[in-house]
Amino acid sequence: MLSLNELWFVLVAVLFIGFFFLEGFDFGVGMATQVLARNDTERRVLINSIGPFWDANEVWLLTAGGAIFAAFPNWYATMFSGYYTPLVVLLLALIGRGVAFEFRGKVDFAGWKKTWDAAIFAGSFLPPFLLGVVFSGLLKGLPIDQNMEMKAGLLDMVNLYTLAGGVLVVVLCYVHGLLFTVLRTTGELRDRARRQAKTALIPLAVLLVLFAILTYGMTDVFEVRGVLLTIVAVLGLAAFLLAGWFISGKRDGWAFGMTGTIIALSIASVFIGLFPRVMISSLSSAFSLTIDNAASGPYSLKVMTIAALFLLPFVLGYQIWSYFVFHKRVHETDHLEY
Amino acid sequence: MDTLLLARIQFAATTIFHFFFVPVSIGLVLLIAIMETMYVVKGKEEYKRMAKFWGKLFLINFAVGVVTGILQEFQFGMNWSDYSRFVGDVFGAPLAVEALFAFFLESTFIGLWIFGWDRLSKKVHLLSIWLVALGTTISAFWILAANSFMQRPVGFAVNNGRAEMNDFFALIGNGQLWVEFPHTVLGAFATGAFLITGVSAYKLLKKQDVDFFKKSFKIAVIVALASSFLTAIFGHQQAQYLVKTQPMKMAASEGLWGKSGDPAGWTVVAAIDPTTKENTYEIKIPYLLSFLSYSKFSGEVKGMNELQAQYEKIYGPGNYIPPVRTTFWSFRIMIAAGCLMIVLSAYGAYLAARKRLERSGKWYWRIMLYSISLPFIANTSGWVMTEFGRQPWTVFGLMQTKDSVSPSVTSGQILFSLIAFCLIYAALAAVLVYLFVRTISKGPYAEETADAHTHDPFGKEDYHAVS
Repeated sequence: MLSLNELWFVLVAVLFIGFFFLEGFDFGVGMATQVLARNDTERRVLINSIGPFWDANEVWLLTAGGAIFAAFPNWYATMFSGYYTPLVVLLLALIGRGVAFEFRGKVDFAGWKKTWDAAIFAGSFLPPFLLGVVFSGLLKGLPIDQNMEMKAGLLDMVNLYTLAGGVLVVVLCYVHGLLFTVLRTTGELRDRARRQAKTALIPLAVLLVLFAILTYGMTDVFEVRGVLLTIVAVLGLAAFLLAGWFISGKRDGWAFGMTGTIIALSIASVFIGLFPRVMISSLSSAFSLTIDNAASGPYSLKVMTIAALFLLPFVLGYQIWSYFVFHKRVHETDHLEY
Repeated sequence: MDTLLLARIQFAATTIFHFFFVPVSIGLVLLIAIMETMYVVKGKEEYKRMAKFWGKLFLINFAVGVVTGILQEFQFGMNWSDYSRFVGDVFGAPLAVEALFAFFLESTFIGLWIFGWDRLSKKVHLLSIWLVALGTTISAFWILAANSFMQRPVGFAVNNGRAEMNDFFALIGNGQLWVEFPHTVLGAFATGAFLITGVSAYKLLKKQDVDFFKKSFKIAVIVALASSFLTAIFGHQQAQYLVKTQPMKMAASEGLWGKSGDPAGWTVVAAIDPTTKENTYEIKIPYLLSFLSYSKFSGEVKGMNELQAQYEKIYGPGNYIPPVRTTFWSFRIMIAAGCLMIVLSAYGAYLAARKRLERSGKWYWRIMLYSISLPFIANTSGWVMTEFGRQPWTVFGLMQTKDSVSPSVTSGQILFSLIAFCLIYAALAAVLVYLFVRTISKGPYAEETADAHTHDPFGKEDYHAVS
């Protein structure tokens, strides 16, 4: 049986996996508005393809944050105060992005649209990058003292390893977003997205391998969870090969599922490598935050477990239903809301 | 400047800004849901147009409310990490439940509402907006449950150097929550309603789309009257609760240094001198403070000096008197704005009931336009009173503000974020006002002329093109 602390660790992991799987593609589509789209109409088609979903996708991040706060207050306090500056930039990016979707189409004036397009791009590129940096930082370890205070300098946060992690998450989200575009659009835009996704698989492969090697050399996670992580890596390799095969065979839904699987496995491996720690101290292993010393009391965890188990089926139910309602492809002659 | 002061400025600035938009969203979505219900029940296109037109303003506003809300959740950990460590066990739970229960609901169904006009049946579409309305209200409930814990901590025990929850039902049954939640939510309904009456009044003044805005005005003015009246009723309840649970806040908001005497008079205005701890000048209405505090015309209210001595005995030496002038004046500003709202909406409802809306003088429309600001003034000053009045505590009697701030964050970092957030918030406010004015001046019939040349997106040819 899982203890409640373990259960909440898993739930936090699941929330982040859900977040990167879902918002991952809308971050990717957001980036595609600058990289893939060639004109305003294509940009609008892309934005409308994620229009009904992005807001709910982002709530996965909010819920993950709330779950950490409630279940592991010390983790929340240490991480959020320690990563102050990257989180400020993350928030600015998400704020700009969120309003940009709503504001962009409201005024028909080139400078106006350009401004919000820039906000959409920055807001879709920076969050996966920053979160990639933050998550790989968790794996590598951070200077956390005996009072659970993290006092990290720039080089503790930004180094070869975390930069590789940031870029990897960006590329992962981008490919995932391209395949979502393939699923939700038609015609030339769709074909171009598919071609670009196929091309992007090569840098993605390089990054995945590079990051795996760096992880082996620069962190302790393979020592702690070697067998499990090797299994995950093999599954990831299989998903990657299948993704390439499905893209070539134009089986787009399956290809999208595979990039989603790669994302899920990547995030899962972060949490597998951490367990039972939630933040690794680079000063002394005794200062690391774990699912025990960072957690709320058993009563709190029990109450929230009941609430979560009761609510999750509804949440999942209506979210899946909303994808079903908007399963039709977005066409440029449609009424485009954004 | 020290981190504590900067963190406080940032919290005040971002929270006040966030709370400009939240009540508008909560209020507008209720009215839009009512309008769409009338559309579904009566089948008249005009109501659908109403839901869509006010819906545009709602969505612009909603976007700003949502994005500024993300910062609110992150801010506790970023700037107030010692607070988060101490109360996360209790305080985190309502926030997590809020995300699970309310944010998912409103974000999913707002997507369905915006994009679903032609894809969902009328009834399911209507259900979507009601679920958004439910989501915003539930969201308010949980965040106020968390805030109520800070005003009156219940359902916990201090173990291992932190507050640990031991009774969840005490937390959501908190008496503070059950006066604070209705007061706040009804105030939010009034905010949305005053926005609609104000905009409608402006259009009626300009004689644009008179029928449309007269109807909108009528629906909104009823909600405005009912909600601002009930807000006052629950405000009264809240004041009585305050006397029992946070007497210091009540004394400060009355500028009451010594005992009030029995019966107690209510101070309308006063010149307060916090250094000498006395008022050099005051005007009082006899009996009224007794009535506000106990719903009867007798009874004494404790003053700040007595409470200060009492708190020093319980909590040790220190200053337990909040910023008196801020608390005193924000209370009076809130009450004044609230009373004006009741009077103005009552007059509007009277005109509507007597079918004399057209014949009312231009002065009334003009006043109603400017009255859009009233609920914002009331909401902001209400929160200022509540949060300033609780000082020096973050959690009353349990943890002080000076002990709540993040020890590892530097003042440079907070200054940087404070400037960055203020700049982006100022830009957001400017854009929002611009888009509001633009949408309003275009009016509810703008889309017809604009869309006349595009073809039906759900026509057969397009359907074949995409399938």
